Amino acid sequence: MAIDTHALGRTFEPHGYAVSREGIRAYARAVGETNELHFDLDAARGAGHPDLVAPPMFAVVYCSTAIEQALFDPAVGIDFAMLVHGAQEFEWGPLVFAGDEITTQISVAEIYERIGMAFYVFESHSTGQHGTEVCRGTWTQIVRPRP
Amino acid sequence: MSELAPGSELPTLRVTPDRDTTARYASASGDFNPIHLDDEFARSVGLPGRILHGLYTMALLARAQTDALGGPEHLKRLAVQFRGIALPEHEIVISSVVKERSAEGALVSVTAQQQGKAIVRGATAELAL
Repeated sequence: MAIDTHALGRTFEPHGYAVSREGIRAYARAVGETNELHFDLDAARGAGHPDLVAPPMFAVVYCSTAIEQALFDPAVGIDFAMLVHGAQEFEWGPLVFAGDEITTQISVAEIYERIGMAFYVFESHSTGQHGTEVCRGTWTQIVRPRP
Repeated sequence: MSELAPGSELPTLRVTPDRDTTARYASASGDFNPIHLDDEFARSVGLPGRILHGLYTMALLARAQTDALGGPEHLKRLAVQFRGIALPEHEIVISSVVKERSAEGALVSVTAQQQGKAIVRGATAELAL
């Protein structure tokens, strides 16, 4: 399986995401969260937060447009139907709240072939509206050969 | 949870995703890859049927930590390698064991199993106390 590595080191245009209460609630419901900080505004404010609190893994949501742009970029050349998610790492800074504006930028950190499959490693950097890094992600995608 | 001594276990999280879980997760996350939504398509690319999103499984690993520690602010880092295939309508069991403990936090080793097989490998979480 010959792989094209010329996208290595490429950095994509940053994407903004406006965090909404409904977005947090829908995500929290979808993954089975029960902590009221993700659902109940009074509870969140009562605990000293400015608004509903995003679960840490909500990073997936505010990174989604940025990471999709990288995955679908023809210059990267991923066979989307054969794509599986190999590994994921997130490192979190301060909590994210409804009302925050998160900006995420993706870069291509590694492209390599192993055991007949192509590995693409992307890095994401997400910052809040005040410039603080709220999450750093490492996304390892594997493209299997067609059967 | 105040001790978190090395070797101690956090509460086990058991979740059986229902048949609509992948549709809800796709809608909330924006990941509409048909391998998660369409059995026929999934089979056409060599899978047994539609599979759970890896990041859904990872969210269960995260929830096991934040539920145990009492809030989302306690999870500072989570790394997961996805292995095998996770399916809807079968129980997932998340187990977490403290590996190291410092004054400020703990390093936890996390496993996720379905039908007796590991669906993640080498998963570690860093928790702030």
